[in-house]
Amino acid sequence: MAAQSGSLPRYIVQRLLLIIPMVWLLLTLVFLLMRVAPGDPVTASVGGRLPPEAIEARQEALGLNDPLIQQYWDYLSGVLTGDLGKTITDNTPITDIIKENGGATLTLTVAAMLFALVIGLPLGLLAGRYRDTAADGTIRIFGIVTYAAPIFFTGILLQLLFLNVFSGWPLLGQSTPITEFTVETRTHILLLDAMLAGNSEAVVDVLKHLMLPAITLGLLICGIFIRLTRVNLLQTLQSDYVEAARARGIPERKVVRSHAFRNALVPVVTIIGLLIALLMSGAVLTEKTFAWPGLGNQLITYIEQRDYAAVQGIVTLFAIVVVVISILIDIVNALIDPRVRY
Amino acid sequence: MATLKGVLAPFRETTGFARWMLLIGLIIVAFFTVLAIGADWIAPYGFAQQSADGVDFPKAAPPGDGHLMGTDRLFFDVWSRVIYGARTALEVIILSVAGALSLGLVLGLVSGYVGGWLDRILVLVMDAMYAFPPLLLAIVFGFLLAERIGAGVISAALALTVVYMPQYFRVVRSSTISAREATYVEAAKALGAPRRTVIGRYVFGNVVHSVPVIGTLNAADALGTLAALGFLGLGIQPTDGAEWGFDLSRALEDVTSGIWWTGLFPGLAIVLLITGLTLVGEGLNETINPVLRKRRLRKITVEETQK
Repeated sequence: MAAQSGSLPRYIVQRLLLIIPMVWLLLTLVFLLMRVAPGDPVTASVGGRLPPEAIEARQEALGLNDPLIQQYWDYLSGVLTGDLGKTITDNTPITDIIKENGGATLTLTVAAMLFALVIGLPLGLLAGRYRDTAADGTIRIFGIVTYAAPIFFTGILLQLLFLNVFSGWPLLGQSTPITEFTVETRTHILLLDAMLAGNSEAVVDVLKHLMLPAITLGLLICGIFIRLTRVNLLQTLQSDYVEAARARGIPERKVVRSHAFRNALVPVVTIIGLLIALLMSGAVLTEKTFAWPGLGNQLITYIEQRDYAAVQGIVTLFAIVVVVISILIDIVNALIDPRVRY
Repeated sequence: MATLKGVLAPFRETTGFARWMLLIGLIIVAFFTVLAIGADWIAPYGFAQQSADGVDFPKAAPPGDGHLMGTDRLFFDVWSRVIYGARTALEVIILSVAGALSLGLVLGLVSGYVGGWLDRILVLVMDAMYAFPPLLLAIVFGFLLAERIGAGVISAALALTVVYMPQYFRVVRSSTISAREATYVEAAKALGAPRRTVIGRYVFGNVVHSVPVIGTLNAADALGTLAALGFLGLGIQPTDGAEWGFDLSRALEDVTSGIWWTGLFPGLAIVLLITGLTLVGEGLNETINPVLRKRRLRKITVEETQK
């Protein structure tokens, strides 16, 4: 079908161009969803707390009195120019919220991903290598259970555990107030700021706070890695080239190590692209569970306040990030595995 | 009888882990189904009951006397809420999986078979929805539906239907496309079978086999999303029914006071049921999927081979 697309540069350009319609579609989806909502968003969120004139003014400022098509156009062109609008409740530009809280979400998701990779890949390979043994069974059950446990439940259990076993371990937030005050804000990523300031106490403090949320979110992804690497290894071990290696008399250990492992790990890169969406969803729940001051936590707060503008802005950012990252991963994947390009 | 044997044949040929997974999973799911159906008889109290025989329940009492799993801060009996939670969970799961499956199946069949611009548009829309973080989509839909038709089992199920439909669409569409080109479909067309018969009988029959596995794995996922919605306060309202995720959101506030029973039991219920559904799905996959299937060696007598 797609016989003409074979070369790498062409594939990359195709994928990059795909970002435009995908983002446009998601933006339209977000816009439609937020606008079919009944009632007037301003009254829904701040009604009763502001005089009618002020509400009128907010509505005008948000462009809610314009025709729908005009609002749609304003929204799209706003996003293009990096303007996501202002919240209804506290009249803050959404971009400020992203700047301030995005760093915490980034720290959390990266740490969780690292944890999942470090724990999940070896376990998955181990389970696949020793198929149908007790080790395989244990690892698979571990993978299934960690994936089955809702993030907030894992979080609550870890909190209970640390409360009782390591009393004094920080359970909530990103750092102690002292750290927050002493570390000068430069990148809005607290961990990085603490490192830049050379403040080792602050770094340790942030890492201590980071540990539980990162493990909680990481365990969710970890189960997926285990399943994936295990099945991949099983399929790779059945493939002809592995059989050929065996036939040449290469010891089984070496066959597995140098022939099968590497190919079994290729699909992991693909799945990381798909996992971005899951990671984002998970981050929202993790942040709520651990009072982690990230974007997800902000999103929930604004949902509770019925602040449509803020919800729309934050969801828009999530959508864009998901599309861009998954397409970039597609490209990385094509670089690693030539079969993908065809 | 002979056909039943044929249906069960893959199961009889399973070995070791796959068989155990399927069996344990089925037992867990059956257990929760019994709880859900018999909740009115099994649960000692109602899900929103705060007193019995004129005596108020104690506040946040630990498990023990009269309350197997203790009570929470709203004086509710935790065990009763866990049982009624099974009912809510199964109701929502069945509705949403059935909805997502039938919508996805029909759209996927039509899109894959008809092709053309209809196919392109549907694929584009479904891809956009699929790319969206499922929980965020559920949050937005749950939020909007709750405002429209009120938070409850129906709106939660509808939100989940929309979220999971694209998965079925994708799978069904791609197998439809490959089935469309198959020789037997061409033969049916050559014999003059109308389009409806070709799609309904020949294509459908060869596409539907992948659905049970996705269905059960999806049910597991949907339960997690439902609990997440409840945890964020967007799911079922506490007065309409007991919902495990909602109970966990309240349990979160209990942690620092050392109250563990309000969170542990509903949480375990979620983990168990999701695990059960996942085991059934994975077990089915290893039973049905020829790539993963490992057949048991059976003893065959000489007479059997000569039949």
